[in-house]
Amino acid sequence: MDKRAIFTNRWLGIAFIVPQLLLIFTFFYWPAGQAVFWAFTLQQPWGGGNEWVGLTNFIAILTDHIYWNSVVRSLLFAALSTGLSMGAALVLALLVDRELAGHRVYRTVLVWPYAIAAPALGLAFRFMLAPGAGLVSFVNHIWPGFWDPTINGTQAFIAVTIAFAWKYIGYNFIFMLSALQAIPRSLTEAGAMDGARAVRRMWDIQVPLLTPTLFFLLVLNITDSFQDSFGIVDIMTSGGPNRATELMVYKIYFDGFKGLDYSGAAAQSIILMLLVIALTVIQFRFLEKRVHYK
Amino acid sequence: MVERTPFLDVVTQVLLFLGLVVSLAPFVIVFIASTHTLRDVNTVPMPLWPGQDFFVNMTAAWQRAEFGQKLVNSLIFALGVACGKVVISLISAYSIVYFGYRGRMLIFWLIFITLMLPLEVRIVPTYAVAANVLSPYQGILDITGISWLIQRLTGVQLSLQLGLLDSYAGLILPLVATATGTFLYRQFFMTLPDELVEASKMDGAGPLRFFFDMILPLSRTNMVALFTIMFVWGWNEYLWPLLVTTDAAHRVAVVGLRDVIPGNDGVPEWNIAMAGTLIVMLPPLIIVAFTQRFFVRGLVATEK
Repeated sequence: MDKRAIFTNRWLGIAFIVPQLLLIFTFFYWPAGQAVFWAFTLQQPWGGGNEWVGLTNFIAILTDHIYWNSVVRSLLFAALSTGLSMGAALVLALLVDRELAGHRVYRTVLVWPYAIAAPALGLAFRFMLAPGAGLVSFVNHIWPGFWDPTINGTQAFIAVTIAFAWKYIGYNFIFMLSALQAIPRSLTEAGAMDGARAVRRMWDIQVPLLTPTLFFLLVLNITDSFQDSFGIVDIMTSGGPNRATELMVYKIYFDGFKGLDYSGAAAQSIILMLLVIALTVIQFRFLEKRVHYK
Repeated sequence: MVERTPFLDVVTQVLLFLGLVVSLAPFVIVFIASTHTLRDVNTVPMPLWPGQDFFVNMTAAWQRAEFGQKLVNSLIFALGVACGKVVISLISAYSIVYFGYRGRMLIFWLIFITLMLPLEVRIVPTYAVAANVLSPYQGILDITGISWLIQRLTGVQLSLQLGLLDSYAGLILPLVATATGTFLYRQFFMTLPDELVEASKMDGAGPLRFFFDMILPLSRTNMVALFTIMFVWGWNEYLWPLLVTTDAAHRVAVVGLRDVIPGNDGVPEWNIAMAGTLIVMLPPLIIVAFTQRFFVRGLVATEK
């Protein structure tokens, strides 16, 4: 990490780092610590006394089947949306990497979905997947009442998952494409000399060499599916119908700011933090062993 | 192309075209829906050709959600986040990489850890800090007993109070307080050769001179990339502005979308909802389309 030639002007160096430190202390470390404190105490919303209650908040959460439902739903949402989005992005990236006519157009356009705000995206998909208008509604003309995400929880969940996956296709695509283009041309050419056809080369040469990127994206997608989904869920379904799309962050927001259950929301935050940290740690352990292109 | 694969080429083009259609469809449909009358937009199947009511719907959405003020707020918010992030990241990474004071590894890790926990995850306590941004310092004084000491000595009950709710600072600062940019610059500075500093020192340049004459020009591409990413991120942020702003004067455009969601009773006004969606989604899209080549070039190296 050290550079050989370094400035010795200590005070200037410290002056440059202080703004960042003040910010992360005030808006990161203190709130994170506060969340731990609240999770172990029972506190009145906005002031009042704090009473030390130990693990009571966690026990209350962990014995609540509504909470477990939201955890299972979040994990399912993470798995499905990540799988869908990364699968589609991988196919697109492998195909664009073949550099046929027009590949530059795809490289430009496929990134755009990521620039869309999650709530705007949510509203657009709410229209497209609405039961009485939009793209899918014609199904209800053939089978009346078949598609209605405002009533049917499973369909609402599918709708939210598709919307989220759509947003991340472009994001995954650009990372995968950049990794694919870093693979030396000679490898695929050698494969071709040995008689491997194009699809075979994709599966046996390019995809294995892509694994570090794939894993990095996997963790990133899953982590983002916990946080970035809030806007989509809030605009598309508000967690409904009947809690069918209530993901973990949405529940924290709902319990903390609508239900004013600060301690419960803090305990949920702690569990979510641990989950995110665990995922990040897994990523780092994996990256240490990352494969190098040779 | 290594060999001739006519069949696979056709399959490739078909699949890529499908991908393109799927990627662009929502944009096209939002636009088409925003050009129709209330009756047309609710016909099944929906019309796939634009109508004539684009400006009518745009005006209606604009007025209903009061997008004028909200777009200005969004712009201030996103610019504040992007500029704040670029400046803070640049100087803190410079400090970590180029200065030899003690504890900078510790500081680097303190900053790095913030990457792990996004704002949404710690939203409740962060909101409490925004309600009184001096509460962490009050907390420190209370815990260390200094406020007790002050009260005994001077008789003054110390109570630091500075609320950031419904202010631009409250919107911007918590979003600037993460490490993405610092990490990016640190990685970039590590790739610069040491000879650069040595030569500059030889020529008598101090740390400030080196920063302005070497580091800034060299980081230009990175700055554009980071600025774009952070602008889009700030513009699209939803949960935080929703919480910290309650008065209309500070509401941002993304939150304004709530005002155009069709209600449950009556014929849903999808045409106006989609016009509003279009207004909100366009600015970051334009920024990305224009600056794309900077960060795609950085990310995608075409050596083939």
